[in-house]
Amino acid sequence: MSEPIITFSKVNKWYGNSFHVLRDIDLTVTRGERIVICGPSGSGKSTLIRCINGLEEHQEGSIVVDGTEISDDIRAIEKVRREVGMVFQQFNLFPHLTVLENLTLAPMWVGKTPKAEAEKRAMLQLERVKIAEQAHKYPLQLSGGQQQRVAIARALCLTPKVMLFDEPTSALDPEMIKEVLDVMIELANQGITMICVTHEMGFAKAVADRVIFMDQGQIVEQNKPHEFFNNPQSERTRDFLSKILGH
Amino acid sequence: MNAVFTPVAARPAPSSTRGPLVWLRRNLFSNWQSSAFTLALLVLAVLYVPGMLRWMVFASITAADADACQAARGIGACWGVVTEKHRLIIFGRYPFDQQWRPLVATVLMMALLMASCTRPFWRPWLAALWVVVLAAAFTLMSGGVLGLAKVTTDQWGGLPLTIMLSSLSIVMAFPIAVLVAMGRRSQMPAIRTFCTIYVELIRGVPLISVLFMASFMFPLFMPQGFSIDVLVRVLAGITLFAAAYLAEIVRGGLQAIPKGQVEAAQSLGLSYWKTQRKIVLPQALALVVPGIVNSFISIFKDTSLVTIVSLYELTGALGLALNSDANWRPFKVEGYLFITAIYFVFCFAMSRYSLWIEKQLNRSKNR
Repeated sequence: MSEPIITFSKVNKWYGNSFHVLRDIDLTVTRGERIVICGPSGSGKSTLIRCINGLEEHQEGSIVVDGTEISDDIRAIEKVRREVGMVFQQFNLFPHLTVLENLTLAPMWVGKTPKAEAEKRAMLQLERVKIAEQAHKYPLQLSGGQQQRVAIARALCLTPKVMLFDEPTSALDPEMIKEVLDVMIELANQGITMICVTHEMGFAKAVADRVIFMDQGQIVEQNKPHEFFNNPQSERTRDFLSKILGH
Repeated sequence: MNAVFTPVAARPAPSSTRGPLVWLRRNLFSNWQSSAFTLALLVLAVLYVPGMLRWMVFASITAADADACQAARGIGACWGVVTEKHRLIIFGRYPFDQQWRPLVATVLMMALLMASCTRPFWRPWLAALWVVVLAAAFTLMSGGVLGLAKVTTDQWGGLPLTIMLSSLSIVMAFPIAVLVAMGRRSQMPAIRTFCTIYVELIRGVPLISVLFMASFMFPLFMPQGFSIDVLVRVLAGITLFAAAYLAEIVRGGLQAIPKGQVEAAQSLGLSYWKTQRKIVLPQALALVVPGIVNSFISIFKDTSLVTIVSLYELTGALGLALNSDANWRPFKVEGYLFITAIYFVFCFAMSRYSLWIEKQLNRSKNR
């Protein structure tokens, strides 16, 4: 087995004093692994991946990303963030910057890459997500699917070791989901480590090495996609699958 | 059946929706209320506009002739008061033969102000340019070097003082306001409390009392023999006052930025300051341009309050010019109309600039 890139050990997180959102999470992700996390809303799946790059802080246990532990030390967190790209449900592109500027921002201001070099690399990423011709438009001039592809390209600009996807297709019109999934599948085939919170079970079947099912802040079950879908172990998983695949 | 989708070609709007008559009907006589209102306004205009024009233009006296003005009282305006006293009104108590100095200084500052409003000047060196120009203007006005006679700040006055006080306090208040607004949203309780107390304290007192404190109370706390120029103290007072109001406007803009913007910037590894500078502030400030310019206009007019601490800016200088001269004292109305026009030109320019900048900043929102 190849070496781990992300390790959760006994991670617990609370919102406020009473809401126990992550409970005793143990999870190891190996380099190049593609993981899909699913589960009902409120089960803690988004919170889990947002803990990986320190957008949420956990109160107990440890999270180690590529040898760096996520702690109160903002330097450690910023180091991790440079190595972990993230794509959000609501795209979160910067509306006051052009597509190209959205992509060059981090390389220029975090990576200290010269402008010309950053733009050259940004164009390569835009070609990768098949949207190079929109480089000089503003995000709000693009369709939802195009915006999400720009967001993926933006996350790729720092050449991350891990990509996190937080329900990347949930805010899209049905017609646009495919173009985003196609880009994600292509990315998956290029061997980057991916953790993806999604309900696109077709995507899970096509590319995931492992599917994780979460409920009430816990990992209920995890397995290879074929096993997961055809032979779920727990009653809760069967119930969930019957609801999302049932029609 | 195989239905074929045929798009309908675009056509121009029908001619019955264009032309001046249509415009009149739509905008002035669209229903009986609007027609009645239009007619009422027309009647008022017929009744009062001719009289106003006669007073302001046709029967007015423009020569600096006090007797002629006296004779025309109640019939025509006496613009002669402006002809006679304009230098005193515009330059205040500044020595008469030296008034080219505030003139040059003001032209310099205005030129830089206007340049600062345009895109090519939005560069890092603009701040340095401001320091240089302000130093030059200050030296020119105070003198004491290069063979220029020394003119103490209590003799500065009129429009140059108004422009100097307002532009300096705006330029200094703005960054303070941004920091205070960010401070009020800080995670650190000490900073948050300090900024909140500052804003609430300043907003809780009238500008006049701030000026009074700056001018009369502050020197009492200073050690013997140590004094700060009254102009500097007043400037600090206006700046701190304006910053508190501006800070709340900026805070409103900061609150309108979705959390996702900050998270996206953080996930890219941007630090707090870089996130604020590149992502949050550009968007937040663009949202509150109307409020900010509103505040700037207020500051510009509020500088007239410095008269109470014996600094004679434009409004104060008008009083100075007319109160001491029995011949011209009766024509205060004309004098006030004159400075009203000056205030209006500046404020209107600011408000037009605000519209232009809004358009510039909102380009990204146009589809």
